[in-house]
Amino acid sequence: MKKDFVLLIAGAVLFVSALFVPESMNILRLCLFLAAFVASGLKVILSAVKGIAKGNFFNENTLMVVAAIGAFCIKEYPEAVFVVLFYRVGEMFEDYAVKKSRKSIGEVMNICPEYANLLTDGKLTKVDPDEVEIGDIIVVGAGERVPLDGVVINGKSFLDTSALTGESVPREVGENDTILSGCINRDGTLTVKVTKTFDDSTVSRILELVETASAKKSTSEKFITRFAKYYTPVVLVCALLLAVLPPVLIDGASFSDFIYRALSFLVVSCPCALVISVPLAFFGGIGGAAKKGILIKGGTYLEMLSNAENVVFDKTGTLTKGVFVVQEVNAVDISADELLEIAVYAENVSSHPVAQSLRDAFGKEIDIKKITSSEEIAGFGVKAVIDGKTVLAGNGKLMESMNIPYEKAVGGTAVYVAVDNVFRGSIIISDEIKSDALSVVKMLKKVGIRNAFMLTGDIKTAADVTAEKLGIDKVYSELLPDEKVEKLEEIMKNSSGKTIYVGDGINDAPVLARADAGIAMGALGSDAAIEAADIVIMTDEVGKIADAVKLSKKTMNIAKQNIIFSVAIKIGILILCSFNIVGMSVAVFGDVGVMVLAVLNSFRALKEDK
Amino acid sequence: MKIKAKLHDLCCANCAAKIEEKISALEGVESVTVNFIMEKMILVADETKIEDIKAEIEKIVHKIEPDVEIEYI
Repeated sequence: MKKDFVLLIAGAVLFVSALFVPESMNILRLCLFLAAFVASGLKVILSAVKGIAKGNFFNENTLMVVAAIGAFCIKEYPEAVFVVLFYRVGEMFEDYAVKKSRKSIGEVMNICPEYANLLTDGKLTKVDPDEVEIGDIIVVGAGERVPLDGVVINGKSFLDTSALTGESVPREVGENDTILSGCINRDGTLTVKVTKTFDDSTVSRILELVETASAKKSTSEKFITRFAKYYTPVVLVCALLLAVLPPVLIDGASFSDFIYRALSFLVVSCPCALVISVPLAFFGGIGGAAKKGILIKGGTYLEMLSNAENVVFDKTGTLTKGVFVVQEVNAVDISADELLEIAVYAENVSSHPVAQSLRDAFGKEIDIKKITSSEEIAGFGVKAVIDGKTVLAGNGKLMESMNIPYEKAVGGTAVYVAVDNVFRGSIIISDEIKSDALSVVKMLKKVGIRNAFMLTGDIKTAADVTAEKLGIDKVYSELLPDEKVEKLEEIMKNSSGKTIYVGDGINDAPVLARADAGIAMGALGSDAAIEAADIVIMTDEVGKIADAVKLSKKTMNIAKQNIIFSVAIKIGILILCSFNIVGMSVAVFGDVGVMVLAVLNSFRALKEDK
Repeated sequence: MKIKAKLHDLCCANCAAKIEEKISALEGVESVTVNFIMEKMILVADETKIEDIKAEIEKIVHKIEPDVEIEYI
């Protein structure tokens, strides 16, 4: 690097001094220019020679050297040297810009632990995380990064999970808690039993996802690579035609003039700026998203997100917490506590989440001796004999089948209770809505989503209440798991835009796969969800979906700017060169200059919005 | 099997794209990603042909970018 720089300076000095030599001293002038050319272009020349030796005639270096030698031949000495000199300066800028973006993306991806403290026979040794096996014991000190996934067997601490989740509030961990690699241990010392090898650890999986994201190319990436493939040959053919045809066809047109113009074409013909412009923007976007705890598995999904018109939510576990809670106890002629107690005793045999929520609300020990008998009536509820009284507890159908008049309840899943065939009231149980779910639909509509749908296996009344609170446009309720796919397909068929599906990734893998982009929520630590989804939100904050859409739009904009900008400048310069309005020096800008600007613009995708 | 390699001094995006295209056409290569920004190659290939594939990769990379150094990790 330093040697290159010295040569470049020497080349520049030789070049400037050559400019001061009068044209009458032709030999000295040529020698100085040649020396300047060799000094500043040594690296380019060597690479070109190596390339040609291997049979590769059309790389950037070869084209530049051919252009420069051509310029020498038609006695445009200053131009010849200037092209190489400027090209090298541009390359240095380019190098710097690429390195800088590599570094900042590297920082985002800098979640990779460097070592693990392996505990063997009471002694600690620093080893490569790769060498640690399942079942080994490691120690993570304060300030250290957790190297492998495992279970805490001793110690207490706060973990900073922000590198994985974008979540700044530290998580408290203690004995028997699972911890994930990539987190940083904030204060205490933790002794951890390793449960996964390094390759299967969370950190390796995340890094791999981001690194291979470039394999899933978006249409704009495919477009630009295809364009680049034809671009160079077309420009080279044009250069050839430009050098030969006008001098032959037009009176007074000189070969040297048109050869000069053709050589400028060679300089602009490298497609690097085009090829890098789009993937770099996407990579920046994917890196920026990863920083916020949103994993996007490829450019194509960023594109889908940015074009999304419909969002389809799964209800339980996505918009709601997936934890059933007793909301209301409507007792008739007895006290609310009595009603709850009767229901808990009746439902004691049931393992249904509803029964669990009743027990949680009751919160007292159950005296099993009071229960004489109890049986489950599948699809209806339970029938039990408690303290000599016959208790029925279950849904509306149970009351109807026993011909017991009852009051219908709304607002969630209802458990109706009758004692000795007299209706005694209902208990409403519902799933708690996540706090950030209340505003997510509004936020999504602000960033361009048109319709919000909700799919759920829940009963209609409960689903409608939730949907109304959230501002969902259309609800499909009482669906069996395979009907969810059907409904999603129906939504996709009736819309021209893209459809994203948001689920928990645990039991809705087919729906996730079917959508244009499937998003899994709260996936940290859930391998199945990370596997099934196209986009993974590490925390269970549903509001991050709006962030993801916003980011995808920004990234797509940058990619489009890069495409239009680099193609337009290149074509513009080609046209100007062919009319000899600008010369080779501007043509060099069409190569390295465009590249540097595209790299710098892509940077913005990585940066957070203020 | 999956192999990763660092491609040191990979400095031209178009070359990276060309390398990726050429390698993916090799026999026994299931998939390959050449990530220009990370200077990394991730290859999934038939284990029985891996030595041949590696030799071919060496040739391809050095033909397109003579200065690149391949380091398998």
